[in-house]
Amino acid sequence: MLGLGILKGLIETWRNFQGGYYDPARLTTVQYPEEKLPPQENARTIPFLVYDGADPLAGMRCTACSICAVECPAHCIVIVKDTVKKPDYLGKMQFHPKVFDIDMAVCMECGVCAEVCPFDSIKMDRVFELSSDNRSMVLQKLDLAKSNDYFRQIHPVEAAAVDAARAEEQRKAQAKKDASPVPTVP
Amino acid sequence: MNALDQIFVLAEHWLAGLAPAPVRPLVSMLLIIAGLMAVFGTCFALTTILERKTLGRMQNRFGPNRVGPFGLFQPVADGIKMLIKEDIVPFSADKAVHFLAPLALTVPVWLAFAVLPFGRNMSAIELDAGILFFFAIGSASELAVFMAGWSSQNKYSLVGAMRAIAQMISYEVPLVLASIPVLMAAGSLSLPDIAQAQSGFALGWVPRWNVFTPWGLAGFAVFFIAAAAESNRCPFDLPEGESELIAGFLTEYSGFKYALFFLGEYLGLFAVTGLAVTLFLGGWQAPAQWLEWLPSWGWFAAKFSALIFLFIWIRATLPRLRMDQLLNFAWKFLVPLALINLFVAAVWLKFPAAMPIRWLLCAGLLVVPYVWLGRRWNGVTPKQRQYDYAE
Repeated sequence: MLGLGILKGLIETWRNFQGGYYDPARLTTVQYPEEKLPPQENARTIPFLVYDGADPLAGMRCTACSICAVECPAHCIVIVKDTVKKPDYLGKMQFHPKVFDIDMAVCMECGVCAEVCPFDSIKMDRVFELSSDNRSMVLQKLDLAKSNDYFRQIHPVEAAAVDAARAEEQRKAQAKKDASPVPTVP
Repeated sequence: MNALDQIFVLAEHWLAGLAPAPVRPLVSMLLIIAGLMAVFGTCFALTTILERKTLGRMQNRFGPNRVGPFGLFQPVADGIKMLIKEDIVPFSADKAVHFLAPLALTVPVWLAFAVLPFGRNMSAIELDAGILFFFAIGSASELAVFMAGWSSQNKYSLVGAMRAIAQMISYEVPLVLASIPVLMAAGSLSLPDIAQAQSGFALGWVPRWNVFTPWGLAGFAVFFIAAAAESNRCPFDLPEGESELIAGFLTEYSGFKYALFFLGEYLGLFAVTGLAVTLFLGGWQAPAQWLEWLPSWGWFAAKFSALIFLFIWIRATLPRLRMDQLLNFAWKFLVPLALINLFVAAVWLKFPAAMPIRWLLCAGLLVVPYVWLGRRWNGVTPKQRQYDYAE
């Protein structure tokens, strides 16, 4: 009969209307500033630079090799090499970046830089509340530097793998150093 | 007839009595106008927020809850936003008509409240032909809508206005036809008399409201549907269907003129809801004898709010009709049903009273054509349109 479907529909909307008052599971809205969803490990936003230890400048893993700057599809990374070399975690002498800038306005958060980095130095961050009262959207070296502890905290699985690999390399380098005789000047 | 029941009437008399005798009628009129505007202005603000919250709940959302406690100050924020927005008039628009259209919509709608009885002895003017005045004023909104659509020089506005005209004129017919049985029963065109005629209780406990008779129930349904269409409510909001016409005749309006259109639309809804309460739900009458100590305006407000909630509920439930469905529904279903209802009301009034068979006979006389018309209307599949060049 004409009108029965309308009545069924009205009952359905009524059920939804009063259901939300005693069954909070119906209201799926997360009221953002007060409530937040638990962060996802796989989430990625802008990149950051990992450093070991306490001092960002001393422990920075980046060797200014510029692979990320070349691979970046948006060309948002600018790297200027320093002139002096410093020993890295294996004791090898490496360059370090004098300037490492990322233009946040250009970065599209694709994660290519983190994929290609051979030194596990550049990683994707998880921060998303990026609004500021500052118009400059260029992040400089010290803005980008974040400790390995932070990396472990936001991406525990990946950080553990990186740490294990680096410890293994360090161990091998140490073994090689112990095995080889002290080089003599010919 | 307690003091609480007549509190507004007494207050108005007292306040008007303070004025010097020569200007007393004028002051009395101004007081009533101010009271009506304050009450229904507040009602408009509250309805906008409560409608949004109810719709939200029906869609499992919270609705606006940021401004003030439970978001109740949202209308204030909306009002401020509307007031400070730039008022853009299209370059090629007919400036004068574009300016006049929102006023031409809002002013007659306010006039319609003049004849509604909001309680015992509480109507602004007691016109003998109140319902005629109401419908005459109500049909002025069509002109305003067409003024808005035509003067905007915009194809969406014009199409929206043309749809609005077609819809409003079509649904005016069942709206008036559905209210005629009530006039037959009450024997009066005056709205306070119609409300008074529905007083008393049949069998000692059933209120003698028109909605509890077969013709009253059918009339109320037809009237309610036609009222929804008259005030461009969902599911009859084709004139401003966002998905197809941007905003219909409102497309070229912004700022306070846009707000005025909304005010006019909601006030039109309130006026026609008030009329529905008066015609079918017994006006300000209490639903049971032992509840008569509550003030009459309270009962009017309760019935009025219930009907407004029903409008919101239907808006949350039904999708928008297509234009041909809309007009078919009016002319092939509502108008015949309203005419049959007229006949049934005549049968009911001529039959000797106090006969249960009268109820069954009249109900049968309505249900059979209802089912028949409904089936006929349901079975109609529109003819596949042949396009000669477009395909």
